[in-house]
Amino acid sequence: MTSTTEPTEPLSVEQLSATTLLRFATAGSVDDGKSTLVGRLLHDSKSVLTDQLEAVERVSASRGQDAPDLALLTDGLRAEREQGITIDVAYRYFATARRRFILADTPGHVQYTRNMVTGASTADLAVVLVDARNGVIEQTRRHAAVAALLRVPHVVLAVNKMDLVDYKESVFAAIAEEFTAYASELGVPEITAIPISALAGDNVVEASAHMDWYGGPTVLEHLETVPVSHDLAHCHARLPVQYVIRPQTAEHPDYRGYAGQIAAGTFRVGESVTVLPSGRTSKVAGIDLLGKSVDVVWTPQSVTLLLEDDIDISRGDLIVPSKDAPPTTQDVEATVCHVADAPLVVGHRVLLKHGTRTVKAIVKDIPSRLTLDDLSLHPHPGRLVANDIGRVVIRTAEPLPLDSYADSRRTGAFILIDPADGTTLTAGMVGESFAAPQPVKDAAEDDGWDF
Amino acid sequence: MTTVASVSEETDGGPYALSHLDALESEAVHIFREVAGEFERPVILFSGGKDSIVMLHLALKAFAPASIPFSLLHVDTGHNFPEVLEYRDRVVAAHGLRLHVASVQNYIDRGVLKERPDGTRNPLQTVPLTEKIQSERFDAVFGGGRRDEEKARAKERVFSLRDEFSQWDPRRQRPELWQLYNGRHAPGEHVRVFPLSNWTELDVWQYIAREGIELPEIYFAHDREVFQRSGMWLTAGEWGGPKDGEVVEKRLVRYRTVGDMSCTGAVDSDATTLDAVIAEIAASRLTERGATRADDKLSEAAMEDRKREGYF
Repeated sequence: MTSTTEPTEPLSVEQLSATTLLRFATAGSVDDGKSTLVGRLLHDSKSVLTDQLEAVERVSASRGQDAPDLALLTDGLRAEREQGITIDVAYRYFATARRRFILADTPGHVQYTRNMVTGASTADLAVVLVDARNGVIEQTRRHAAVAALLRVPHVVLAVNKMDLVDYKESVFAAIAEEFTAYASELGVPEITAIPISALAGDNVVEASAHMDWYGGPTVLEHLETVPVSHDLAHCHARLPVQYVIRPQTAEHPDYRGYAGQIAAGTFRVGESVTVLPSGRTSKVAGIDLLGKSVDVVWTPQSVTLLLEDDIDISRGDLIVPSKDAPPTTQDVEATVCHVADAPLVVGHRVLLKHGTRTVKAIVKDIPSRLTLDDLSLHPHPGRLVANDIGRVVIRTAEPLPLDSYADSRRTGAFILIDPADGTTLTAGMVGESFAAPQPVKDAAEDDGWDF
Repeated sequence: MTTVASVSEETDGGPYALSHLDALESEAVHIFREVAGEFERPVILFSGGKDSIVMLHLALKAFAPASIPFSLLHVDTGHNFPEVLEYRDRVVAAHGLRLHVASVQNYIDRGVLKERPDGTRNPLQTVPLTEKIQSERFDAVFGGGRRDEEKARAKERVFSLRDEFSQWDPRRQRPELWQLYNGRHAPGEHVRVFPLSNWTELDVWQYIAREGIELPEIYFAHDREVFQRSGMWLTAGEWGGPKDGEVVEKRLVRYRTVGDMSCTGAVDSDATTLDAVIAEIAASRLTERGATRADDKLSEAAMEDRKREGYF
């Protein structure tokens, strides 16, 4: 056990509070051992407590199983336990002395790809599991493509079940090479391949005694040390206005603050800013950080900006530095993942939520649907059904200040909502497609779409 | 009000990394402000327990220097700890808030609800809660639920749509993408909102310590007359305990959760300060609900079943 994961003395409040937070998602096919990996991370970081383990042992025994089924820790719903499968994203929490983790545990079933999109949308890192005996399969390529599409900054390839291939370096090396080539082509910026056995515990929390040819980190060591902050110097600063704070009290008769969570970059007192879509300009007169006055704030802090001029600003507006304003447009081109059961069809009238603004919109065109297996495009499919990924063209009723998703995962993202019943229909990412796709396939060649 | 969000060299993510508590605080404040911006009649469920106290603290910070644009709702089981009711009333008065009370006792007195043979009133809260939501036409109801509490709660969204009967359908949840929360709902429906979804019990305690938030005394070790039932220390009271054969004794205990007296157990503890409580929780091998809540032990899916009916 490494010293970083087993503090010998309780940490002080200050030490515990200073740790950073890493959000990550797991993805893997049904029998790749994802539940075992998640179970081992939770178990070996002492995040599974006695009463939870007792409950798992009790149910496992009542079903006649020899050993506790760690998947029961993560399958929280009746239907999941009955069917022995995971049908929905669950969020897990565990901690080491160095970091706190939020794990989006996403189902591996092909028909639940939308759930991987959900989990990956807020993830700083994705763990893609592969069975060492099977190597890179279609599902692996889909997971890599979704991670690339959602622009998850770090991807870990966990080559599992190394114990079943005699811990051979050549098996691991071949899989790592094939995956890295594929994921790099998709634009995944950082890939770390780790040979593991989740069942035996090799290289998950403790370094393996069976693979002395491997000199890299264990899964947990990598999770603890991967950098979470982005280089803010190159980010366009953006503040979607959520709420206008106006106390109108004797103590604060003229206070008028624009509250929101900074979506990207930094804001400073004295900076010239522009309010979109109106285009009015002012200067930052002051910044309140949850009741305390400060000079500089950055993403993802929730803040309140005070401006020098009394200009008309309300929820839905975007405050940006005057020297770095995005263009506004009513014509949105985006890559989307359809997440609702009812299809998305050309001509649909929808609502589009971007930042804090919700506007009416119409689906003008669906130019293509993407086949994640080989990244080929199927032209003009007419509709997107649940779990489809495709390109769409949308016309909005009002102009929106849009960044490319490649520049900002916050201000380049939107959702489409059904105005009739409020259903979340589609996850959208503004801008060019995520990878250099294969030439458009002839429609006749498209031999079925299975998700 | 103090804020510790300075640029920290201690963290390993560079000068602009937020500590995990700052990141959780910022996310929760964002959720409060989204609701204030999109809903007509939000309300905060307030039990006087640590999670709802932290929610109130976060809401105060989110709208400072203005007051909170929400009222509070307490579901009063009639078996509350007196210290908690006193705390509740003091906080409401101090911040000039409006408090709604949904009373289980009132429903029992009117004959609408029947006392259970085991004396537990926790499951009886659902009807007064959902009827109050309907009669006051609340369209967003903040709850202090955390996903780390229970495996059915691990599946809960931050914005959770409830139908006109306040029911939760885990199979028809909206995917939650990025920070784009979807609060659309039809008249009669409402949304349960959980700003502390991503917090753990330890996070809540660390935040209480960092912010210097006052709590009811029952959270700290004190001498108390208790008796043992189903492996838990329960406080003697008018709700039906102790029964024959259950012996009252004086012990040094504290509570990890606050709920109905009939089903909320105390734990043996000598932790009289926040630091001692945090050290105790960090070393505990039991979850807070496993240690102290009888109602979750009713069946494997007790929480899921109650949530489906409209429980928080």
